[in-house]
Amino acid sequence: MNQALLFSVFIVASCGLAYELIAGALSSYLLGDSITQFSTVIGSYLFAMGIGSWLSRYVERNLVARFVQIELMVGVLGGFSAAGLFFIFVWFSTPFKLALYLAVFGIGVLVGLEIPLIMRILKRDLSFKDVVSQVLTFDYLGALAVSILFPLLLVPQLGLVRSGLLFGLLNVLVALWALWLFREPLRNSGWLKTQAFVSLAVLTIGFAAAGQFTSLAEAHLYADEIVYNETSPYQHIVITRWRDDLRLFLNNNLQFSSRDEYRYHEALVHPALATLPGARRVLVLGGGDGLAVREILKYPQIESVTLVDLDPAMTQLFSTAAALRKLNAQALSSPKVRVLNADALKWLEDNDDVFDFVVVDFPDPSNFAIGKLYSAAFYRLLEKHLSAGALAVIQSTSPLYARQSFWCVVATLESVGLVTTPYHALVPSFGEWGFVLAGRRAYQPPAGYSVETRFLTAETTPALFQFAKDMARVDAEVNHLNNQALVRYFEREWRQVIR
Amino acid sequence: MERRDFLSALAAAGLASLPGCGAPAQAALPPGALLGTAIDPAHRLRERNLPPPSATREVPVLIVGAGIGGLSAGWKLAKSGFNDFLMVELEAEAGGNSRSGRNEVSAFPLAAHYLPLPTREATAVRELLAELGVLHGDPRAARPRYDERYLCATPQERLYRNGWWQEGILPHNGVSAAELEQYRRFYALIDAFKQRRDGQRRAFALPMALSSRAPDLLALDRLSMRDWLLAQGLDSPQLHWYVDYACRDDYGTNISEVSAWAGIHYFACRSGEAQDAASDTVLTTPGGNGWLTEGLAQSIKARAGDRLLTGSLVFRVAEEGGRTNVDLWQPEQQRTVRLSAGQLIWAAPLFLVPHVFAGQDTLKLAARSFSYAPWLVANLTLSRFPTDRAGASMAWDNVLYDSPGLGYVVSTHQQMRMRPGTTVFTYYRALSGMSPQQGRAILQETTRKAWADQILTELERPHPDIRQVTTRLDVFRNAHAMARPLPGLIWGQQRALFAADRPRLRFAHADVSGFSLFEEAQYRGVLAAERTLHRLGKSFVTSLS
Ligand SMILES: Cc1cc2nc3c(=O)[nH]c(=O)nc-3n(C[C@H](O)[C@H](O)[C@H](O)COP(=O)(O)OP(=O)(O)OC[C@H]3O[C@@H](n4cnc5c(N)ncnc54)[C@H](O)[C@@H]3O)c2cc1C
Repeated sequence: MNQALLFSVFIVASCGLAYELIAGALSSYLLGDSITQFSTVIGSYLFAMGIGSWLSRYVERNLVARFVQIELMVGVLGGFSAAGLFFIFVWFSTPFKLALYLAVFGIGVLVGLEIPLIMRILKRDLSFKDVVSQVLTFDYLGALAVSILFPLLLVPQLGLVRSGLLFGLLNVLVALWALWLFREPLRNSGWLKTQAFVSLAVLTIGFAAAGQFTSLAEAHLYADEIVYNETSPYQHIVITRWRDDLRLFLNNNLQFSSRDEYRYHEALVHPALATLPGARRVLVLGGGDGLAVREILKYPQIESVTLVDLDPAMTQLFSTAAALRKLNAQALSSPKVRVLNADALKWLEDNDDVFDFVVVDFPDPSNFAIGKLYSAAFYRLLEKHLSAGALAVIQSTSPLYARQSFWCVVATLESVGLVTTPYHALVPSFGEWGFVLAGRRAYQPPAGYSVETRFLTAETTPALFQFAKDMARVDAEVNHLNNQALVRYFEREWRQVIR
Repeated sequence: MERRDFLSALAAAGLASLPGCGAPAQAALPPGALLGTAIDPAHRLRERNLPPPSATREVPVLIVGAGIGGLSAGWKLAKSGFNDFLMVELEAEAGGNSRSGRNEVSAFPLAAHYLPLPTREATAVRELLAELGVLHGDPRAARPRYDERYLCATPQERLYRNGWWQEGILPHNGVSAAELEQYRRFYALIDAFKQRRDGQRRAFALPMALSSRAPDLLALDRLSMRDWLLAQGLDSPQLHWYVDYACRDDYGTNISEVSAWAGIHYFACRSGEAQDAASDTVLTTPGGNGWLTEGLAQSIKARAGDRLLTGSLVFRVAEEGGRTNVDLWQPEQQRTVRLSAGQLIWAAPLFLVPHVFAGQDTLKLAARSFSYAPWLVANLTLSRFPTDRAGASMAWDNVLYDSPGLGYVVSTHQQMRMRPGTTVFTYYRALSGMSPQQGRAILQETTRKAWADQILTELERPHPDIRQVTTRLDVFRNAHAMARPLPGLIWGQQRALFAADRPRLRFAHADVSGFSLFEEAQYRGVLAAERTLHRLGKSFVTSLS
């Protein structure tokens, strides 16, 4: 009997540590900054355990029954903690931290109650000295076992959600076992047994359904219905729809929302193209969604548009799916448009075609590989593909959230001898967004637009080129391949925003 | 670290440490070839009874060996308008230790892979870089601008230690304050050497011939680098690992064997600066230093036409009747040819001298005081980048702590691509920590499969799936890869014999400097050419001051 109880100490202790690790890992996973997450989670958890231990003095009678109840509560609360927190993060996102610390606190208090109660149960048969030494030994052994198994076996094999449920089940099994061990004193506790079996059933179902739950939750990371989901060799492409709003996500990053993408694409194309009546040949790098091309094709004088996008899955999708073809006005099927699936960099190196207008619409410079696409070396290569009066426009992240990054792009373009004109526009899905025009000569904004627009007007155009005080130019290094200054700025600035 | 990375690192850590879990039972070894030489080619010279020459040809200036030394001699001759020379080379192409290979994925180095930013005194290097369009503006400027495509892209180097990649190679995680203090003192000592001038001369110059000859400095050539560190009270294990790494990397020789003068030279000589790069940036390309070989060869060809005779093994050199007769064996044609040279520039390794030269007993004896480090280079063609342990992201040079190898360089690092795809890793290993004879025995005995398995096992630590992504693994052996700067070699008398000018013979190999670097090979080549022009009474503008 005492051996059995000591073994349950071992299980109880493992579960206790497991919930703490799960909360720590989940919050680092979802919020980043693992050091802070782990240390605040562990701190609050230990504090809550202290409170639990203190509270144990108020449990005076029916120790075993209380112990069983506490086990059941820990089992259910702890077991579903990962699933629940994930759910809250995905569906409500804002109260996540509150929920996290509430859960940590609740579980901590309950776990803090467990060991004192077991000690008091055991005290009836053992000396104080033996109780303390044996219980604490198993307590620490249980902690050791989990701390080793958690990273090595559980997380890789089961994932966080199912690991949590597994430990919940263990807690409930301990409760059931206690019910059996103490079946004599607990003769009249039918209600307690019912609770135990209900908890067992709920956790078992949870464990069985966890796989489905996780994919459901992941789906809801995208708030809306997923209408397309494909992993190409290059990226994970997801399209969601909610009423008339289509959204494209590449590797979970929002690329556009059909509600305001016209703002982005008009701002990307028209300030330049409206000043280039002689433009015939256009190059688009990136932008496999065809939305920039849609804007470009509004100009009848354009004879050819070359679109170079790495991923055939993207261009295929945007030239075949009906809703997307409608969105890009069938731009990719136009006889003027040539779609090439190639690495834009390699294509620029291998080719010597020149263009009157070039749209550079690459992802944000969030890693060293993409950082190369914003380097002086790249712009030097780009410059070779510009005809005499040509302009290039570069999407340059947000001058508000990533101010130094934005001005770093400007400084880099200038370093290769290009004349730059920075500007910005508000795209609600993204926030304040920045673009840079680059050419060999000074640029004059257009007096008006000959094509139809929804966002730009002659009157509002001058404002695009004015930078408020909080976005005004700051010093920035030139982004070279051998310093990757931009990636370092970008990492620092967006980290501050997310925080 | 990104969240995703965090979990995958957690997962990877778990999977790989569990026996039987994660990596499936040993994937079959990738195909490949065993290239290069495990034994000294002089054996072939001695053991063969080669036929007498079937033809004799007169050559005013003959250059034997078309590595960097020989090519640089040819480059200087051609630049000075003197085209009456011939370069003979044993291999099918020029370049020696600065050759590169190429496959459908990328070019890759076969040995030499980088050049530091040239020092101010490396005037010939700067002249060449300017000619090749890599150095812009005044070649003598303190801080010239360099072509960005040749400057090693960030991140340049990282170190795998304790299951984690750190930026830079000097260990810094979990290093005690006392050791960090030793790092600081080490760099203060190096800095003092960097600043020191004796008259016009830097304490440690590159090329080394321009270094100060102050007795206290030359005395450093009489003890080992390890003993010097200890004498300075520097005993930090991490610092010793780092300095040992540098010595193995540049000299193929351990810290306890290498001369302190050479060891310090590595750290104190590099003073090059650039307008557009940090001073520790190196110049590199996918093919390593192959671009320098090709640049030299093309420059010669453009000025002097085809001056290169490949597939020709020189096996006998004899001064006869006021000329130097050089006999070479052409295995493909199965014939011996005699070249009767007015002037000879020997730009092949010096260990061949005893086997090839007739007479010249002093030189032969002197040549025997050189010892050579055996090396192994492997090129791994990968179907994609392998998964990586956590920490700093993939760099150009990736070093593994506490490993027999020196790490690997990534051939596609300089490429501007949106997505990293296929690539070639070039893995380096000096067979140091044993006698060179033992090293050569290992080179000779070990099969390619055994090498492949060893190398993959080593790289599996940071890249658990390296076996799955390696589609080809070629092993390149180099039995006499480079001269070892053991105490006494650099400032001893034997080496000085080869650096001296002679009426009809000059030596122009990196060995003449006592250690093997591009700057040294080029300096020796250009110097030999200028001395030859001088003997012949031809006018030229020196490249060396
Ligand atoms: C693995 C490795 C890595 C290196 N990495 C670097 C680096 O990163 N940076 C750097 O600066 N240096 C590096 N080096 C040093 C490199 O050796 C020098 O940079 C330079 O290439 C030496 O040129 P060399 O002309 O002196 O010698 P070699 O390259 O040895 O040239 C000698 C030439 O003579 C030919 N030859 C030999 N015997 C005969 C014969 N009997 N008849 C005719 N021809 C003959 C050879 O085939 C060869 O082409 C490295 C060396 C090795 C081995």
